[in-house]
Amino acid sequence: MNESTAASRGPDDGAAIRMIGVHKWYGQFHVLKDINLSVDRKEKIVVCGPSGSGKSTLIRCINRLEEHQRGRIVVEGIELTNDLRRIDEIRREVGMVFQHFNLFPHLTVLDNLTLAPMWVRKMAKDEAEEVAMTFLARVKIPEQAGKYPGQLSGGQQQRVAIARSLCMNPKIMLFDEPTSALDPEMIKEVLDVMVDLAEEGMTMVVVTHEMGFANRVADRVVFMDEGEVIEQADPETFFNSPRNERTRLFLSQILSH
Amino acid sequence: MTDAAPAFERAPDLPPPASTVGVVGWMRQNLFSTWYNTALTVLALWLIWEAVPPVVAWAFVDADWTGSTRDACAREGACWVFIKEWFGQFVYGRYPIDERWRVNLGAAILVVCAATLFFPRFPWKAWVSVFLLFGYPVVAFFLFSGDVMGLIWVETPLWGGLFLTLVLAIVGCVFALPIGIVLALGRRSRMPGVRAVCVAFIELWRGVPLITVLFMASVMFPLFVPEGLTFDKLLRALIGIMLFQAAYLAEVIRGGLQAIPRGQYEGAQALGLNYWKAMVLVILPQALKLVIPGIVNSFIALLKDTTLVLIIGLLDFLGMIQAAGTNPDWLGFAVEGYVFAGFVFWVLCFGISRYSLHLERKLHTGH
Ligand SMILES: Nc1ncnc2c1ncn2[C@@H]1O[C@H](COP(=O)(O)OP(=O)(O)O)[C@@H](O)[C@H]1O
Ligand SMILES: [Mg+2]
Repeated sequence: MNESTAASRGPDDGAAIRMIGVHKWYGQFHVLKDINLSVDRKEKIVVCGPSGSGKSTLIRCINRLEEHQRGRIVVEGIELTNDLRRIDEIRREVGMVFQHFNLFPHLTVLDNLTLAPMWVRKMAKDEAEEVAMTFLARVKIPEQAGKYPGQLSGGQQQRVAIARSLCMNPKIMLFDEPTSALDPEMIKEVLDVMVDLAEEGMTMVVVTHEMGFANRVADRVVFMDEGEVIEQADPETFFNSPRNERTRLFLSQILSH
Repeated sequence: MTDAAPAFERAPDLPPPASTVGVVGWMRQNLFSTWYNTALTVLALWLIWEAVPPVVAWAFVDADWTGSTRDACAREGACWVFIKEWFGQFVYGRYPIDERWRVNLGAAILVVCAATLFFPRFPWKAWVSVFLLFGYPVVAFFLFSGDVMGLIWVETPLWGGLFLTLVLAIVGCVFALPIGIVLALGRRSRMPGVRAVCVAFIELWRGVPLITVLFMASVMFPLFVPEGLTFDKLLRALIGIMLFQAAYLAEVIRGGLQAIPRGQYEGAQALGLNYWKAMVLVILPQALKLVIPGIVNSFIALLKDTTLVLIIGLLDFLGMIQAAGTNPDWLGFAVEGYVFAGFVFWVLCFGISRYSLHLERKLHTGH
């Protein structure tokens, strides 16, 4: 590899995601302030923090749903720039699960799952359906393949959304509060799927307030407030002996109920 | 049976009070609930009594149905002989009588192809749709105008009647839809240049009455093109109607696009779909489904508006009826003509609107 392409691909030191001095503004509003964060392959990161602290913005920068204005973001060795081809390349490697599922309501569950493999990966229909069925089986709802998303419960929809991302065979999965829109009795079925995924060695960045999940799965918990990363530590340290005052306040609020 | 807890007893379902059900209950609630409701009901009954019998007498009881000349119309009611005698012209305009089979054939192909799309289990739907969109217009054009494969040339000034009305409306709408989609997407584009062009186009065409567009197409357009280069008048009218309709459809479709949550686009993006794939596969199918009523509405409006081509000398359905009414042999039967025209337009438009209701229900996937 010659020097110029090596430079254009950015520092590839084995990290899955590397954010270096990232800033972002919405108009005048400074949402992300000097974010430095790197995620190793197979690492599981839980991001938490008060509402409006910039957690969603942070993970949406990783697959370019939002554009950052300063600093560098390198994903799987590919640097995010305005080059559309590279953005597409990164999106193929990074799956994302949203708070409100964002399933396509006009397509059946099976068609939701086969759409991207067929149109982005150019997979044949039969093959895409086979892949889709294996992932539906893994999220434990193969019998719903022919239904429309509107006919499923929230928990089932979120599991379909996870399966839909997995069909693209991503290297990294991003989760933006995947259980916050769910009724309490459905949270567990989604978390179980995520735990399974973590145990299989997926690289995961999860924004969530489910501290039980963080404790069990996370390699590292990142606490954000007002656009800054305030503290990051392994769950043990994070929950038992947080260093920062703001972290302590947040934890006392969230763990009190 | 256990003897522990007292058994839960479900309260019995009682029938609703008799005064609120059945014909009498309905009438009491809706027609005679108060003294002024009662007065309005009586007034309405009186108006119906006054208006309906004379209309029925004119249209059916006292009407002339048989014969072939105006002398057959001696009675007081409507002269349906007039419609019967001119029916061919109303449908085909001045299209040569011996060639009318070509119009029938064209219509038959269209109806048969469209009908196959109604059968849920028909296997070649995709192919039929492609043919209808791309092949059929070409086939129909050569079939109707001829000059190929031994068909004699029928120039477009001879096209007329209901045939012409349908050509104008269908071509206008079918070709306007893709243009409208592109304009609607352009108006929401993040590129300022694209957006400006689309906004300008839409607002320009929406701000002008169709009648002006038609005048421009027929009178002013020839002034701008070099001498000797002549454009078919029908073609000019068609292009005008098409662009006019596209501007309206663009606004209807934009409404649909706006109703699709941002998350749908983000979901598609996150899966790696690029802009066009996200639009075509995810956003447009949902947006178009939402605006079916709006699209059908503007198609119905267009179908009726095509009657305006009369003023640039094209004899569409209404134009033919009016021309027949001024025929010296048939003076004085204009009312029958207009009633017939109104009836045919109503049947067409009502049919279309029922179909759109059916389509909406069929495409509803529970969200
Ligand atoms: N598209 C946007 N335009 C302007 N401000 C935004 C936009 N999206 C989010 N914000 C603001 O940015 C801040 C961070 O938002 P977000 O990342 O969604 O926070 P979190 O996910 O931590 O609740 C909030 O104050 C929010 O109001
Ligand atoms: Mg958020």
